[in-house]
Amino acid sequence: MAEVIWGMATSHVPSIGAAMDRGLTKDPCWSPLFDGYAPARQWLADHTPNVAIVIYNDHANGVDIDVVPTFAIGTAERYRVADEGFGRRPVPEVIGAPELSLHLVQSLVDDGFDMTVFQELDVDHGFTVPLSVWTPDPGEAWPCPVIPILVNVIQYPQPTAARCFALGQAIGRAIDRFDGVDTIGILGTGGMSHQLAGPRAGFINSTFDHMFLDAIENDPRRLAAMTREDYIRDAGSEGLELIMWLVMRGAMNARVRKVHSTYYVPASNTAAALAVFDNRTAAPA
Amino acid sequence: MAPPVAPPTLKDVADLQGRYVFDGATSRLGYRMNKLFMTLREAAAREAFLADEAAYCDRFALSEAHKRAVLDRDWQAMLELGGSIFCFYKLAMLDGLSMQYLGGVFTGMSEEDFVAAMRAGGRADG
Repeated sequence: MAEVIWGMATSHVPSIGAAMDRGLTKDPCWSPLFDGYAPARQWLADHTPNVAIVIYNDHANGVDIDVVPTFAIGTAERYRVADEGFGRRPVPEVIGAPELSLHLVQSLVDDGFDMTVFQELDVDHGFTVPLSVWTPDPGEAWPCPVIPILVNVIQYPQPTAARCFALGQAIGRAIDRFDGVDTIGILGTGGMSHQLAGPRAGFINSTFDHMFLDAIENDPRRLAAMTREDYIRDAGSEGLELIMWLVMRGAMNARVRKVHSTYYVPASNTAAALAVFDNRTAAPA
Repeated sequence: MAPPVAPPTLKDVADLQGRYVFDGATSRLGYRMNKLFMTLREAAAREAFLADEAAYCDRFALSEAHKRAVLDRDWQAMLELGGSIFCFYKLAMLDGLSMQYLGGVFTGMSEEDFVAAMRAGGRADG
């Protein structure tokens, strides 16, 4: 029986990766964000799982716009880092975990989630920035194999928050039934409040963000009950990405223990946060 | 199994006006233009585009309005004509422009003022 040992929620703003790639993490505009990551990174370095699952969205980079899968999963042995128009990020290629991916596909489809399957996929900043937030200096390889799970958040109607939470619960049940590995980390990415286009560009709602940071730990069902229109109104058209944190949270236990969280404005046009939760509240840390 | 959340009411959707939502109809309106932008992920396509932008637009059968918006770098028009921010950002990057620059365009601010507003905690709801 595999077990989710931790969940990590993080913004995946491309400029966070760019700041790391360009050595700007000590810059006064960036250092509060990266200083805020430090305690979480230290804890995560001591709790490396056998496999990680990253819940993210592609931003019209690895997936063309002619197909818009609502929920999708990668089943490949490897995933290339996408060229988003300015070359590939200088980070390691991603090693997959196809045996667990295929188990998840079978289990999720049997559980009522008709996943789209990517047998080949270039992963963009939505995927690689969270890995960098977790592991700033990966060297030749990321800490473990990683499985991408994609959620459409860029074209309305996105899946509901409730459906995302339910998908996470189904992922949790599938992991319970898998014997191939022992420990799994799950990452929910995107957010926090932001809007890129239109007259409301630059929108930030820190009151909503702090409510969300507390509720994702203590009352995720409240967040799952919100409509996508609530998210667009309160967090912005792109802040709606926060529904992907609910996939992570759904795969975890009802009670989790917060290891560390941090919040900073701005990462370019976005409110950025990181929150790490220990899923083994009953066991010694 | 009943849907977990009630579908949005007309009032919900009306409330979102001005908050720019890239929906299915918007995606249809801008589809060919967005397909053009997607090709800019390839270096060879970027060179071909810059060599003859009008001819490149014609290859994708853009309407006159779409073509004019692209050639004039009219970002607001691209948005109104169904452009996806994630797609036309590839054109902005090709021009050496940032997301903060585009934020300034959409809000009638200079890039510097937009960046300053973000560093001051972001813009409140309009």
